[in-house]
Amino acid sequence: MKNKSLVSIADYTKEEYLEILRVAAEFEKNPVQKILEGRVVATLFFEPSTRTRLSFESAVNRLGGRVIGFTDSSSSSVSKGETLKDTILTVSNYSDLIVMRHPLEGSARYASEVATVPVINAGDGANQHPTQCLLDLFSIQKTQGTLENLKISMVGDLKYGRTVHSLLMAMSYFNPTFNFIAPDELKMPEEYKLFLDKKGIVYHEFTELAENIKDSDIIYMTRVQRERFADPLEYEKVKNVYILKNKMLEGTKDNMKILHPLPRVNEISTDVDSNSKAYYFPQALNGVYTRQAIMAKILGLK
Amino acid sequence: MKEDKKLSVTAIQNGTVIDHIPAQNLFNVISILGLDQITENLVTFGTNFKSDRLGRKAIIKVSDKYFKDIDINKIALVAPNAKLNIIKDYEVVEKRQVIVPTEINGIARCMNPKCITNNENIVTRFSVLDRNGSISLKCNYCEKITDQQHLQIIR
Repeated sequence: MKNKSLVSIADYTKEEYLEILRVAAEFEKNPVQKILEGRVVATLFFEPSTRTRLSFESAVNRLGGRVIGFTDSSSSSVSKGETLKDTILTVSNYSDLIVMRHPLEGSARYASEVATVPVINAGDGANQHPTQCLLDLFSIQKTQGTLENLKISMVGDLKYGRTVHSLLMAMSYFNPTFNFIAPDELKMPEEYKLFLDKKGIVYHEFTELAENIKDSDIIYMTRVQRERFADPLEYEKVKNVYILKNKMLEGTKDNMKILHPLPRVNEISTDVDSNSKAYYFPQALNGVYTRQAIMAKILGLK
Repeated sequence: MKEDKKLSVTAIQNGTVIDHIPAQNLFNVISILGLDQITENLVTFGTNFKSDRLGRKAIIKVSDKYFKDIDINKIALVAPNAKLNIIKDYEVVEKRQVIVPTEINGIARCMNPKCITNNENIVTRFSVLDRNGSISLKCNYCEKITDQQHLQIIR
């Protein structure tokens, strides 16, 4: 994995995923390890994403490294018309590793081809966000004790949600069963269902939430966004259907945990927060350990 | 029928005849092979010939030119059923078929407007997916699929 950019979840093998999760668990036990002393990580955020940036920067700081970068493109030379290639080539000279977020899809792949240092994709438009996927895997493994043979319910925007697509691909190594719970307008795209069919993985599709989560080990919530609907009336019809409320959790499995990539708006009612099955804030903490592990592996320090 | 063709597009002494091109893609083939740029060879073409398989087909004849496989296979995107006749001294000495390549560099545009290749000066790269005889392209960058219907050739 040393010097290997992480752009897409398909770039790494199952063994490499598991190795990252193993190292992440090490960092969880011992989060402050100054192995990045003297190293510089560039965080290039061509569009703002406060949560992801802070998570990466927290991880670098706990490893004793230093961070340079910008938080949105208006404060960088991009606003003067510099090409992505030139920005990446320049920043390659200043850093040992580039973490980048960019609104255009494929930008991270291109950057990884141009850069002379490894690149970690922290989100390229609607395409990929592999570190989110790895922290989701870590959270699932940690709460369930395994990744194998789990029943995972994905809820909300399954059409455009890149996190659910990446998670689906990554989990496909571990013989899961999926419930896809979404309005008709935001159903899981055909190409992903074909992928599961090919791998012989069982999935069920539902439009109703409460009835279909009882046997889940993981409920993965996403937000149904108004702007995804061509017809505002359709949004009005479904907007309150995919809100998880505390009383729906009665009768769900004891080991079940609720995950959400955050930020949450209203899709998980706040009365769920105090339920021990709510796991979305610890999940964000797991993101720091996972990113520590990814950076340490890529820099060859673990 | 055969007589018509001979009248419409003159026979060549030496060179390559590309037949069974879908009529609507004639100019894409010309552009992909760079035939609009060459200055030496005689190029003749005809279009809207009746074809049982394609409806309307086009045909191109290029004198004194023989294409490399790697170049000719690029036209598989727009003319997957094209047939090549290699002509020497007015005789067909070899017949060749277009083979769909596994990777395509340049030539096509990614249909995703938010793809980096449509926003910066980057040579596009695709892996070719052959699904039930219909070719689609998976972008190496944004990972989105451009299907035949939305295929656009960069000219």
